[in-house]
Amino acid sequence: MAVAVEITDLRKSYGSVEAVRGISLSVNEGEVFALLGPNGAGKTTTVEILEGFRHRDGGRVSVLGFDPATGDRRLKEQMGIVLQTVGVDPYLTVAETVDMFRGYYPKPRPRDEVIELVGLTDKRDSRVTKLSGGLQRRLDMAVALAGDPRVLFLDEPTTGFDPGARRSAWETIKGLAGLGKTIFLTSHSMDEVQYLADRVAIIAAGKVVAEGTPDTLAGREQAAATIRFRLPSGASELPPQLRASAKAGADGVELETKDPTRTLYELTSWAVQAGISLEGLEVTRPTLEDVYLQITQDVGAQSKP
Amino acid sequence: MNDLRRALMQIVYINKAFIRSPIAAFFTLVFPIMFLVIFSVLFGNGKMEVAQGHTVSVATFYVPAIAAFSVITACYTNIAISLSIARDSGALKRIRGSPLPVWAYMFAKITHSVLIAVLLVAICAAFGAVFYGATLPTTTLPAFLLALVVGAAAFCALGVAVTSVIPNSDAAPAIVNASVLPLLFVSNVFVPLNNPPAWLDLVSKIFPIRHFADALVKSFFQLTGSGLQTNDLLVIGAWGLAGLVVAIRFFDWEPHR
Repeated sequence: MAVAVEITDLRKSYGSVEAVRGISLSVNEGEVFALLGPNGAGKTTTVEILEGFRHRDGGRVSVLGFDPATGDRRLKEQMGIVLQTVGVDPYLTVAETVDMFRGYYPKPRPRDEVIELVGLTDKRDSRVTKLSGGLQRRLDMAVALAGDPRVLFLDEPTTGFDPGARRSAWETIKGLAGLGKTIFLTSHSMDEVQYLADRVAIIAAGKVVAEGTPDTLAGREQAAATIRFRLPSGASELPPQLRASAKAGADGVELETKDPTRTLYELTSWAVQAGISLEGLEVTRPTLEDVYLQITQDVGAQSKP
Repeated sequence: MNDLRRALMQIVYINKAFIRSPIAAFFTLVFPIMFLVIFSVLFGNGKMEVAQGHTVSVATFYVPAIAAFSVITACYTNIAISLSIARDSGALKRIRGSPLPVWAYMFAKITHSVLIAVLLVAICAAFGAVFYGATLPTTTLPAFLLALVVGAAAFCALGVAVTSVIPNSDAAPAIVNASVLPLLFVSNVFVPLNNPPAWLDLVSKIFPIRHFADALVKSFFQLTGSGLQTNDLLVIGAWGLAGLVVAIRFFDWEPHR
C-alpha cells in the first residue's frame, strides 16, 4: 500500500520550548489516522507542518511525495484542510463559498455533491452569518472537500460540537474514508478516535508514546478485565477460588481477571446453583480513555524535573 | 481555468461580500458621498473668481478634495480593516492553504478597492457638476488621472502595510482611523489650510494625504498648464514604495494571538 504521509524525526521549537521532539509516523493511503494527545502535546504544530503553514526545525516530512515546506502547488491541489478556526467569509452563501474554493482547484468535485456530503443541502443559499457554529464547521469541511483532495487534514474537527452535530460530522468523515481518502485527524476525544480511526498515535510532550489500532493500543485487548456485580443480602460467601481475587468496590463486588471467560463461568455457575441472582452484572475492559490517561500521566510524571 | 481568470473571479466574490457587509459598504461607499452632500449644502453655490473676469463654482475645489478622501477610504481604510478581519477569522490562512496563488488574492483585493475608488471619484465629479456647477477637468484630465492612479496605488500599499501593526480585528478601525482622521483635517481635505503654524504645515507636508489632496485639486482645474504636480506625486510614490516594502516584509496571513 502506498504511503501518503511520512514523518521522520520531526522537530520544532518555539523559542526555548520544544513543541515537537522527534516524532516519526507513517500513514498509508486510504487510512484514517488519528493523532491523540492533551492540549499542548504538539498535535497542531505537527499537523500545521504537514499542511505547510509552519516550518520544521529538523527531520523529514513527506505528504503524497512532496515536502509541504516548499509550498508546492501540486501538493496544495491534492490536499484538503480543516483548521481549528472557521475561515470563510461571513457574507457569502454556502453555495458561493464552495464555488469560490472549487475555482482554486484543477479538478473540483461538483458543488452540489460537496454540499450534500456535509449535509448542508437545505442551507445552500443561506449566508454564513446565518449558520450555527456547528453548521459553519460543516461548511469548513465542505471547503476542504471542494478540490476533491486525496488527503484531508482535520484539526480537532468536532471540538465544541453538541452530541448530535458530532455524530453527524463523524458520519461525514466515515463517508469520506469510504471514498478512499486518506484522513489525518487530531483529537482529544477518545470516542471520536475509537469510532473513526484505523490507527492512532498518542503524543504527549512532543513525542509519540503509543501507537496502534484503537482496540489494541498499549495492549488494551490483553489487559485484565473487571467483573462487577452486587450480592443480595443474605447470600452465601463466594467460592474460595473467586474470593481471592475479589474486593469490595464502590458499588458491590469487583473481580479482576485475565481470563474473563473462565471466571465468569465459575461465578455464574456458582450463583445459579446457589439460587442467587447477581444484580448489575457487567464485564469491562480498560477503555481507550483509561489507557490514554495512564500513558499521558506516566509521561507527565517523567517530564517533571 | 488559469490564474488570471481565478483572480478576476475573486474580485467578483470580494465584491459580493463587500456589498453585503453593512460596515464596509457604509463607511466606504456612503461616507464619502455623505461628506460631499454636507459640503455642498454648506458651501452650496459659492463662486470664486480665479482670474480677471473668470469665475468658477467652489464645488470645483471641494469635489477633488472629497475625491481624495474617497480614494483614501476605499484603498487605505477599507483594505486595512477588511484584511485584518479576514486575517483574524482565519480566512487568509485558508486561502494560503489553497492552491490559489497569493498574488492572485492580493491583486483581486487591490483591484476591487481601486474600482470602488474610481466609482466614488466619478460619483463625486458627476454630483458636483450636475448640482453645483463644478467645472470638470479637460486639458488637465491626464494629470488628474495620473494623480488618482499614483494615489490609489500608494494608499493600497499603505493599507496592506498597516495591518502588520494591527494586533486584531477589534483594534483595526481604531488604529486605521487614528492614523488618517487627524491628517485629513490638516491636509486641505475637509478644510483648506489658511496660514497654518509652521510646524503644522511641516507635519502635514511629511505625510502623503496633503500631497494627494493638493495634486487632485490642482489637476482638477487649472486655467493654464497641464496641472501635473510632480513633487506631490514623488512624495506620494515614495510613501507607496515604503508601504510596499513593509507589506512584503511583514504582512501576516495568520491571526495575531
